[in-house]
Amino acid sequence: MWHQVFALIVKELLAVLKDRKSRLVLIGPPLIQLMVFGYAATFDLDHVPIAVYDEDLSAESRDLVARFTGSPVFEPKAFLRSARDIDQLIDQRKVAMVLSVDRRFTRDLLLHRPARVQLIVDGRNSNTALLVLGYANSIITDFSLSWVKGHGGRAPPAVLEMRARYNPTLSSQWFIVPGIVAVLTQVVVLLVIGLSVAREREAGTFDQLLVTPMRQIDILLGKGLPGLLIGGIEASVIILAAILWFSVPLRGGLLPLYFGLFLFVAAVTGIGLMISSLAVTQQQALLGAFLFMVPSITLSDFATPIANMPSLIQDLTQINPMRHFLAVVRGVFLEGATVPSLAPHYWPMAAVAAASLFAAGWLFRRRVY
Amino acid sequence: MRDSLGRLRGLLRKEFLQIRRDPSAIAVAFLLPAFLLLIFGFGVSLDAHDVPVGVVVDHPDALAASFTGKLANSPYFQPRSFAAMAEAEKALASHEVTAIVWLRDDFTRRALSGGEAPVGVIVNGTDANSARIVEGYVQQAWANWLQAEASERGAPPPLPVAVTQTVRFNPAVSSRDYLIPGLIAMIMTLTGALLTALVIAREWERGTMEALMVTRATIREILLAKLLPYFLLGMGGMAASVIMAATVFDVPFHGSLAVLSATSALFLLAALGMGLLISSVARNQFVAGQIAIITTFLPAFILSGFIFDIGSMPAPVRFITHVVAARYFVAILQTVFLAGDVWAVILPNALALAAMAAIFLGIARLSARKRLD
Amino acid sequence: MAAAPEPAAALRLDGVTRLFRAGRRSVVAVDEVSGRVERGAVTGLIGPDGAGKTTLMRLCAGLLLPDRGRIEVLGVDVVQAPAAVQARIGYMPQRFGLYEDLTVQENLDLYAELQGMPAAARGPRYEELLHMTGLARFTDRLAGRLSGGMKQKLGLACTLLGTPELLFLDEPTVGVDPVSRRELWAIVDHLTRSEGTTVLVSTSYLDEAERCRAVLLMHEGRLLGADDPARFTAGLSGRSFHVTAGGLGKRRLHERLSGAPGIIDATIQGAQVRIVTETASLPSAAALLPEVPDVRIVAVPPRFEDSFIALLKATRGAAGTPPAAGPPSVAAPARAGEGEEVIVVHNLTRRFGSFRAVDAVSFSVRKGEIFGLLGANGAGKSTTFRMLCGLLPPSEGSLRVAGFDLGHAAAAARGRVGYMAQKFSLYGDLSVMQNLRFFSSAYRLTGERRRRRIAWAVEQFGLGPVASTTSRDLPLGYKQRLALACALMHEPDILFLDEPTSGVDPLARREFWHRINGLAEAGVTVLVTTHFMEEAEYCDRLVIMAEGRILAAGDSESLKARLRAKERPDPTMEDAFVALIEAAASGRAA
Repeated sequence: MWHQVFALIVKELLAVLKDRKSRLVLIGPPLIQLMVFGYAATFDLDHVPIAVYDEDLSAESRDLVARFTGSPVFEPKAFLRSARDIDQLIDQRKVAMVLSVDRRFTRDLLLHRPARVQLIVDGRNSNTALLVLGYANSIITDFSLSWVKGHGGRAPPAVLEMRARYNPTLSSQWFIVPGIVAVLTQVVVLLVIGLSVAREREAGTFDQLLVTPMRQIDILLGKGLPGLLIGGIEASVIILAAILWFSVPLRGGLLPLYFGLFLFVAAVTGIGLMISSLAVTQQQALLGAFLFMVPSITLSDFATPIANMPSLIQDLTQINPMRHFLAVVRGVFLEGATVPSLAPHYWPMAAVAAASLFAAGWLFRRRVY
Repeated sequence: MRDSLGRLRGLLRKEFLQIRRDPSAIAVAFLLPAFLLLIFGFGVSLDAHDVPVGVVVDHPDALAASFTGKLANSPYFQPRSFAAMAEAEKALASHEVTAIVWLRDDFTRRALSGGEAPVGVIVNGTDANSARIVEGYVQQAWANWLQAEASERGAPPPLPVAVTQTVRFNPAVSSRDYLIPGLIAMIMTLTGALLTALVIAREWERGTMEALMVTRATIREILLAKLLPYFLLGMGGMAASVIMAATVFDVPFHGSLAVLSATSALFLLAALGMGLLISSVARNQFVAGQIAIITTFLPAFILSGFIFDIGSMPAPVRFITHVVAARYFVAILQTVFLAGDVWAVILPNALALAAMAAIFLGIARLSARKRLD
Repeated sequence: MAAAPEPAAALRLDGVTRLFRAGRRSVVAVDEVSGRVERGAVTGLIGPDGAGKTTLMRLCAGLLLPDRGRIEVLGVDVVQAPAAVQARIGYMPQRFGLYEDLTVQENLDLYAELQGMPAAARGPRYEELLHMTGLARFTDRLAGRLSGGMKQKLGLACTLLGTPELLFLDEPTVGVDPVSRRELWAIVDHLTRSEGTTVLVSTSYLDEAERCRAVLLMHEGRLLGADDPARFTAGLSGRSFHVTAGGLGKRRLHERLSGAPGIIDATIQGAQVRIVTETASLPSAAALLPEVPDVRIVAVPPRFEDSFIALLKATRGAAGTPPAAGPPSVAAPARAGEGEEVIVVHNLTRRFGSFRAVDAVSFSVRKGEIFGLLGANGAGKSTTFRMLCGLLPPSEGSLRVAGFDLGHAAAAARGRVGYMAQKFSLYGDLSVMQNLRFFSSAYRLTGERRRRRIAWAVEQFGLGPVASTTSRDLPLGYKQRLALACALMHEPDILFLDEPTSGVDPLARREFWHRINGLAEAGVTVLVTTHFMEEAEYCDRLVIMAEGRILAAGDSESLKARLRAKERPDPTMEDAFVALIEAAASGRAA
């Protein structure tokens, strides 16, 4: 039996490596996506274009404005002379924010009255808007605190001491790059191994396999193990790139990481084999894989947090292996998670793997077309 | 000329009959956008709410309670008390809480004497974006507490600068309102290219293209007959998506339908042109589908500015985004939905779309030959 | 400048060459072909798959550009003015170029618009064509729901709408039942006679050559000959004979004859063996088959296929001929079980929705028999075949293969069966040797036995020179050999062959049947499906299927005997098939 399985594995790997298109899928898109995702997929803001409308033009207001222009986050594009220009600049997306300092700014400061500053933000991108407001508010708070101190005022009763655990500089790259390990591994395993049953069906070789004395379990192992191997190598390369190229710290051990990877690839292989066993043609298999891939990435915590989703959808994401593997990769990379702490993420992946592989094996022979 | 119209009419009738009888084109045009819009519309949100926050108060008293009360009042937080820091840290590590707010035992003493009592805020930084948003919310709660505390004592405001925030076009700062118009652009990129690429590849696969080529129909008529029906189908899908956005997701619509329709038409032409190009490269449905997905979905997802801010990307990547048609359409849609007909945004983007449509269709026309090789 | 007075040809080819690039290699699809097609007649473009027929047709229709040479269609250079040519020709591609989700009428309307037919002219032309093709009753039916024969006729009607002067038909008769084939030829004859249309038909059925006025014979991109089909066979008159020997079975006899000196070709024809000799003289029984009693040799008229074989042998010479295959050394199973029923099928039915692909089929196959399932595409033979192999569960009825239902049997039961799929399904990316290794392991061969069987396959099937070639790039004949080698790796008792000779050239076909005969002699039970009627002659017994049902069962002699009459002393298998179909149709009408 192992002899047969081994022969199937060798055949599967040869078929993948000898086919130019499969080789391309293995090497091209992952490399490009790693680079593009790694650099393009960032929530970190820098050089956000802003405009300043300073009606006060005093030393105090200049000090405040200087704190904005000196920040790497903001880049002043215009200094306005009239309030009429504000709307236009925002509407036309020339700037993302306008800082408007009231004409009585210094006077109010000195009179201990609220000195007014207005922040007008473009809400068309609400995430950028929130972050911009966050940055701007902390600059203004800093200004307030130091002005009070400089003018002999009473210090505020309490100050915040912010610290970010696991990712002290709050770098998006540290968040996104480990995520790419999961996304690309899924894409490659799904396209290369998952679709192979549909490909063999179309070529007629799958019938040939079914007529040999191989059992379902042999075919399943023969198809699944190359998936593990290819997925493992693919993931390892990206993990290496994450550590060496993007300098993401690997704080946990390799055991919890690779145990999760093993379960994840098994689950993805099972789902892929199931989709391609159900499909009549390669094209249907491709559409099926796509229809699985899109929600599995969207509903995985990859770019947008699961915590923000409606609770029904949050429950649904429990059956998404990608979601759990993302938790494993990020946990191991950034938080140094261990096997016991990741158990709640291991078993759902194991369950999906078992169910989908079983279904795929059953479909091999039962699928009528 | 009359012959040409007759041939075009014949081809168009054939195409519509096929669409009517084969539901897969309708499925790609209407069901796929609806499915994707639902998944994304409900699944994609950047709005943090009810963030679980661990609160550790070493020495509970009235002042500390007034501070934690501000946290509890915020709609963004769901505070959970911990008796000791060690327990809270454990909860942070296991993702039970996203952040910890720690008032040390000398909090009240220092606050009342010299001031500047340090309040420890520890966030889980793994998800950097969420962490930053949570930090912003904590800061807001803290500032509110400072002002309230000072006015209670009749002291001058500790933060003399009063900030008024005006978020234009999206006062509730709801991420859904800005994500959904972008999603529509992304989905239409995919379906537009997928539709044409698949239907033309199908003609090659079934051998009917070969039969068409030997008739008197010119290549321009063949291309036009493919473009028109799927253009209409794509516009239908677009309309369905817009209606869904407005009714299911309550996204406001401030622009005019005329501008929306005109720019959608330009964008669809570019997407269909892309599909034509793909199908002239790949003559089987599987490869055409693969190329369509790889060249449209991922770039539209990352490089269109739909979710990640283009301005914050490094210059080389920013440069690449200029060839992604979705980028221009995302800008137009976000503006038309949330801001209205702002010509200064719409015109340059519409021009770019027109140029892309012309280029794609032009190349498709030039590279199409009435020949098999 | 005086033009040559010869009558203008409908098509002139002058040194036409076309290459295709496949990766780094380039393949010559059409190699220096020169020739002409006369106006007003049917010309056959004949050759096996891969001969370059389709490429040549596409070149003539302006769909491909030649790398070298000149093509003149109706006096116009097709490279210069493809549109002018396309306006005057009709072209029916393989698979007929129909829109399957449009009705018959809608297909006609579309092509009428595309040909620029004036609306007024359409009515009468539709009527004429629908009458000619017998489709008048089906105008509202979707083209995809038509039978293969009806699709082919609709495809033809669509190309005929514009009354083309020259008609190109690319393999119109592939996979179509013999009745429809005959009807198509009748239409083509009618066209040339009453409308003066020139027709160029490509086909891989050699017997169709005899229906053409002239024949262009192609093989591996080259033109082997161009002539009147009668003149092709004329050179072979007096060289074809039927041989029978009372003392030897037909297979032993065939075995002896095919190796004999002075004999170019030997094929089994029912109970006899048909031979073609090198010279035109009646061979003496004593010289040919010494020590065999009761030998009878009867002269028979030559066939077109004989001349093709003779031409092929002449061009290839001894070097190009595949190694003469001795009977494959399959470890002969005990012959004790002779006559035992190895495959039993009872009331087998398969439904797809409301459609009965196979309808209450019953038959049985005895050990050591070659059993044929004959029928056109869509007759239900592949569905039957798939159920026998356990690839498709039956809706009703029972089946037993070596005592098992392979759909549920333990893996070991499948080890007794060899299977060769349609289109020789092999792993195209793997080399010949990698395929052999893989299938030997899949059939659970290990160690010394595995090594020995691979060596056997390489030697027996002459695969040594191509061992490291990627199997996708193999010529069709080699693919067929490799597929058979893989199916025989584990010395099965039962061999399933699905359309095993489809598209290969006649030499490869002969070699293939030669091996199968050897296997049957050794006691292997062989079940084969085919749509080549003449291959029925190789089978011990066969069933003819149409529309999911068995029309007739028996050996080829008895099937033909029913038809033997004064006006038809020697009916072919195809005649028998046509008669059966017609009888079934009239039976239903009654």
